[in-house]
Amino acid sequence: MNAIVEIENLTKDYDVGFWRKRKVRALDGLSLRVHKGEIFGFLGANGAGKTTTLKLLMRLIFPTSGTARILDCDIADVSMHARIGYLPENPYFYDYLTALEFLNFCGDICGIPKAERVRRARQLLTRVGLNETRWNTQLRKFSKGMLQRVGLAQALINDPEIVFLDEPMSGLDPIGRREVRDLIAALRQEGKTVFMCSHILSDIEVLCDRVAILKNGRLAQVGALAELRQQSQGQNLIEVVVSATDAAGLQRHLLEPDKFTLNSTPAGLRIEVAEEKDVDIVIAALRKTGGKLVSVQPVRQSLEELFLEVEPANEGKRSGDLT
Amino acid sequence: MLGRIRAIAANAFREAVRDRVLYNLVFFVLLLTAAAVFLGELSGGQERKIIVDLGLSAMLLFGVFIAIFVGIGLVYKEIERRTVYAIFAKPVGRGEFLVGKYFGLCLTLLVNVVAMGAGISLALLYVRRGWDPLALQIWPAILLIYFELTILTGVALFFSSFSSPALSALLTFFVFIIGHFSADLKTLATSLGSTAARLFFRTIYYALPNLATYSFITPAAHGQMPSSASMVAALLYALAYVVVILAAATLIFNRRNFK
Repeated sequence: MNAIVEIENLTKDYDVGFWRKRKVRALDGLSLRVHKGEIFGFLGANGAGKTTTLKLLMRLIFPTSGTARILDCDIADVSMHARIGYLPENPYFYDYLTALEFLNFCGDICGIPKAERVRRARQLLTRVGLNETRWNTQLRKFSKGMLQRVGLAQALINDPEIVFLDEPMSGLDPIGRREVRDLIAALRQEGKTVFMCSHILSDIEVLCDRVAILKNGRLAQVGALAELRQQSQGQNLIEVVVSATDAAGLQRHLLEPDKFTLNSTPAGLRIEVAEEKDVDIVIAALRKTGGKLVSVQPVRQSLEELFLEVEPANEGKRSGDLT
Repeated sequence: MLGRIRAIAANAFREAVRDRVLYNLVFFVLLLTAAAVFLGELSGGQERKIIVDLGLSAMLLFGVFIAIFVGIGLVYKEIERRTVYAIFAKPVGRGEFLVGKYFGLCLTLLVNVVAMGAGISLALLYVRRGWDPLALQIWPAILLIYFELTILTGVALFFSSFSSPALSALLTFFVFIIGHFSADLKTLATSLGSTAARLFFRTIYYALPNLATYSFITPAAHGQMPSSASMVAALLYALAYVVVILAAATLIFNRRNFK
């Protein structure tokens, strides 16, 4: 597969403090590849280094060490930006311009001829779902969600081969989120590559072909969701739900009862087992208690569980101080 | 490259217009009208000289105000509001961005200066109740004021490429003041005994723009015009200074991290 983004050992240190400068490592030796035509999800807790990575790729900040290439060009090559799109997190644009004027300006600096950029601007504003009555309204009068839509439109004005989206669902209502999700899926259909950071794990789960999870500036996991689930601890769990029996009664008939986790749920008694042969043990015990089998199914680990496995709730704080 | 610079310049001009920067023209017109109507009667035939003196001085002052306060905001505002994020993700070099912004403000200043110049000329015609050669003779002085403002805009942009707005405004204002006394700096440098002090003042003399070259308000009020040679020299000096200072600003801006 063609790698469209290649990041090698990318590291970024920030100097903090006024008198006594000390370095804080925001990104630590990140290496990853994004393939052509995929939707790549970039996850991590606040301060994990997601936005820093995107800023490095956009050349808004400079790496302390390491290299990165986009579309086979070094990131220092500004002309490559004619082939990419970028939506910053919480975008803020020239508030004295109208939505149409702003897209026209973005098209102009991308070198798109006037007639073509006017046509594209109208087409994109329709595509991102911005009501036509607001096209000639100054951006200062826009809500956060409307600005987000304009931001998406400007990222696509040059018909890019790859789009970098930093929290594309931020500020959108549920309908807006759905529309943007559909838009991102449509971009994949058009053969474009999407690199997106998001906190909304359900969107990542639905959209992304592969994900990377950052923790404290380091790459903790990368791969297709199915692969990551396989690698994780929770992979082989099987859930057995039974009814018409109680936990104490069932446990009396289980061999090695400590191996089984039993929870009462409205649907019945839920038992988690690690291996298939343990299901037989549960069923045998169930027969002895006269209970009924409701369901047996593998536990599909959600992205959220996977994410929490990498980033436990109380470990989200940064620990990047170097000196 | 030129297309991108043009687009950024046009956008910077539009920003200035929509931020009502050109509203200063209204104050200027009120000032001139008051001068034309009232001062003439008080000045015993010196009304034309006063109109030119007052008009050109106000033009310089208003222009300096715009060059400093709008000039320092050109870059700072973009970074503070993070509008640069979307712009630099497009195929726009940082130098192109600075130069585009610079030309945008120069265009704003040009409109301002031409409108004010036209106002002064009209005031002169009104006072004379007919044709007055001074209405045309003041234009070389107006051009010199414009050159000075373009230098000052470059200085403001340079400082704002690395320092805070307040410090940039202060430093640019110092450059404006010291620039008008740069001949004195040279004299001071030659008269000092200490080599280090001599070197220091000589460095300042060459580093800061010599803005005294562009002061032609008083002679213009007396109907004098600068020679063509001095006009060309003033233009070339402004061009050279602006090129150097924008190159320095680009060098600094190219290394800047937008955190």
